[in-house]
Amino acid sequence: MSQAHDHGKEITPGTAHEPATGGDHPHFDMHLGLYLGVGGFLLVATAVTVWLSYVDFDKMFGGHGWNIIIAMIVATVKVGFVGAIFMHLKGEKKLVWQFLYFTLFFVAGLFLLTLLNYSDPIFGTSHAHH
Amino acid sequence: MQIPHEVTARPDTGLYNAKLGIWLFLASEVMLFGGLFSAYIFLRMGAEDGYWPHGLLNVPVGAGNTAILIASSVTVVLAWASLKMRKFSQYKLWMGISILCGALFLIVKLAYEWPQKFEHFGAFIKKDAIEHYEKYLGNHHLKEKGLPPRVEISGHLHEVEIAADPAEKEKLEVFLKQHDLEAKPDEHDAKLQIVCSEKKDKDGKREGIRPGVAEDLEKVPGVKLIAFELGLDPINAAPDNPESDKPHFLYKGPTETPGKIERKDVEFYSSFAPKHSSYFAVYFTITGLHGLHVLAGVLIMLYFWLPIEGGANMFKRNPEHLANRVEVVGLFWHFVDLVWIFVFPIFYLL
Repeated sequence: MSQAHDHGKEITPGTAHEPATGGDHPHFDMHLGLYLGVGGFLLVATAVTVWLSYVDFDKMFGGHGWNIIIAMIVATVKVGFVGAIFMHLKGEKKLVWQFLYFTLFFVAGLFLLTLLNYSDPIFGTSHAHH
Repeated sequence: MQIPHEVTARPDTGLYNAKLGIWLFLASEVMLFGGLFSAYIFLRMGAEDGYWPHGLLNVPVGAGNTAILIASSVTVVLAWASLKMRKFSQYKLWMGISILCGALFLIVKLAYEWPQKFEHFGAFIKKDAIEHYEKYLGNHHLKEKGLPPRVEISGHLHEVEIAADPAEKEKLEVFLKQHDLEAKPDEHDAKLQIVCSEKKDKDGKREGIRPGVAEDLEKVPGVKLIAFELGLDPINAAPDNPESDKPHFLYKGPTETPGKIERKDVEFYSSFAPKHSSYFAVYFTITGLHGLHVLAGVLIMLYFWLPIEGGANMFKRNPEHLANRVEVVGLFWHFVDLVWIFVFPIFYLL
C-alpha cells in the first residue's frame, strides 16, 4: 500500500506528526460547555417525551397515531443533537457524510417497505406463535 | 503489523483509518437495527385490537436508564476532550464514570427489569369466554369509552389447581420434589385434586408459582391443569375504574386481589417472556441486542481505561493515538445511546 511510509514510525507528542488540534486547549475548553449543554437538553427532552406520551393528541387533532408521530419527532431531534455535537458530524469530513447519505437512503427504503402493510396487511401478528 | 494512519489523516479520505472504519461499521449497524425496528412496525400494525399491550414496563426505571445512557454519552465525550487537552487524570475520571454508567444500565436491565418479567403471569382468554371474565376485563366499560378491549388477565400466579391421574402419581411426586412445590391434596375427591405452589422463602413462606413451572407441570404425564389462582394486576383488579383506562407513569405491580381463571378458558398463558406476545418478542430481541452493544461498549472502554498496553498506558507513548481510540469507542457509544433514544418511547411509552 502507498501508505506504508508510516510503518514503524514512533509518533511522540509535540512532533510534526501531531495534528494541529492536539493540545489545543482553548478550543476544547470552549466545547466542554457545549457538551454539558447538549447533555442537559437531552435529559430535559427525555422528560418532555415522557410527559407528551400522557397527552391525548388523537383527541386534540383527530385521527390516530399522533402520539407516535410526535414522540418520533422529539426522538429525531434528540438524535440530531447526539449526531451533530457528540459524534462531531457538524464539521465532519465529506466522506463520512457520504456514508451517511448512503445509509439513510437504504434505511429509508427499508422503512418505506413497511408502508406496504397499508395496501397488503399482515394480520394476526399478535398471536402468530399459536 | 502496524496499521497506517492511526494518528494522521490519510490524504485521500481526510480521516484517520479507524474513524473511517467505525463509520462504515455504524452504517451497517443502522441497517441491522433498522431491520428490527421495521419488524416492530409490521408486528404492531398487524396486531388485533387489544393485543398490543401498554403499560407493562416500568416507565420511571426506563427513563432513569435513558438518563444514565445520556450522562455516559456526555462523560465519554469529555473523556475524549480531556485527552485532546492532555489531561490524563481527567480522562481517567470521565472514562471511569462512563464505564460505571454502562455497567449500571446493564445491572438495572438484567437484575431488575428482565427477571420481574419472567415472574409475571399473563393469560389470554379465549374469545368465547371473554364475557365470562368481565369482572376482571371491564370490556363493557371500555366499549362505552371507545377504548380497545382487554383480552388478557395478568398478575402474580399464586397457585395452580390440577387433577392428577393416581396411576401416574409417582411422576408427579418427582416433579413436585424437583421444583420444591407444595401440594395440598383434596382428600374428598376421587381423582387426585391438588393445589400446587412453590416454596421460595427460607421461612417457608409461599411465594407463588412461576409461570414456567406451571407450564412444565402441565407436561407431566397424567396431570391436567384445571385453574390458575393469582394476585391480579391493578388493571384486572379494578377494570371499571377510569384510573385503569390508560397506563400510568408510576408502575404498580400485582395486587393481593385474588382472581381465578379456568384453564379451559385460556387460549395461551406464559410469563412475560418473548413467547408471551409479539410485543415481548420484539421487546426482548431489540433490548437484548442493544444490551449486548452496551456490554461491548463497557468492555472496550474498560480496555482503554486500564493501565495496560493499548489502553491508558498509551498516553505516555502516543497520546493522540489514545485520543483517537477513545473517539472511536465514543462514536460507538453515542450510537448505542441513539438507538436507546428510539427504543425507550416505542416500548415504554407508546
